[in-house]
Amino acid sequence: MKEVRIRYFALLREQCGKEKEVRKTESGTAGDLYDELQKLYGFSLDQERLWVAVNHEIVSWSHVLDDDDEVVFIPPVAGG
Amino acid sequence: MFSLSDSPLDPKKLEKHLHAAEAGAFVSFQGWVRNHNDGKDVIRLEYEAYQDLALKEGQRIMEEATEKFDLIDALCVHRIGKLEIGDIAVWVGVSSAHRDTAFSASRFIIDEIKKRVPIWKKEHYDSGDSGWVNCET
Repeated sequence: MKEVRIRYFALLREQCGKEKEVRKTESGTAGDLYDELQKLYGFSLDQERLWVAVNHEIVSWSHVLDDDDEVVFIPPVAGG
Repeated sequence: MFSLSDSPLDPKKLEKHLHAAEAGAFVSFQGWVRNHNDGKDVIRLEYEAYQDLALKEGQRIMEEATEKFDLIDALCVHRIGKLEIGDIAVWVGVSSAHRDTAFSASRFIIDEIKKRVPIWKKEHYDSGDSGWVNCET
């Protein structure tokens, strides 16, 4: 069991109703964690539409999570 | 240098940062808030950023551009928060010895920012609806 810190932005923030949370999880990888949260919150965007960052760097969905990691799921960007 | 601003951008002030005696060329780009997108009438919009990574990735892009195009200097500021039609959403400025690289670099910077920086745009429409751009399902 790991404890991770998750931050939500944009559409994900609106759909789960929070900007951040600390969560205990059995999920091993970033992808597993998103699956878990998508089931819980009903996120409309599937994993393939998103990027994921751990500790402020983009990683792959197979990235193994560590205790105290900060995880951010990144919806399709639209800057500029 | 790349930064985010929650207040209106002042192009004259930003341009001053790039003055250099060895620069023969200065090119700037402004992205403005447009009143339409995808056939819908936009009345205003909001930008939101994952600041830690946006600043990191934005800075990486500026450094890549400076090296790739041999720039003297490069500056980009992107707005966050609520914007009205006609507001400047993003300002890019570059200086170099000659104009060829200045034109190419400014294009490169805005293109890369649009592709890579974690900033999101929520449009508000005339109809009363709103939506996060690129997030439709």
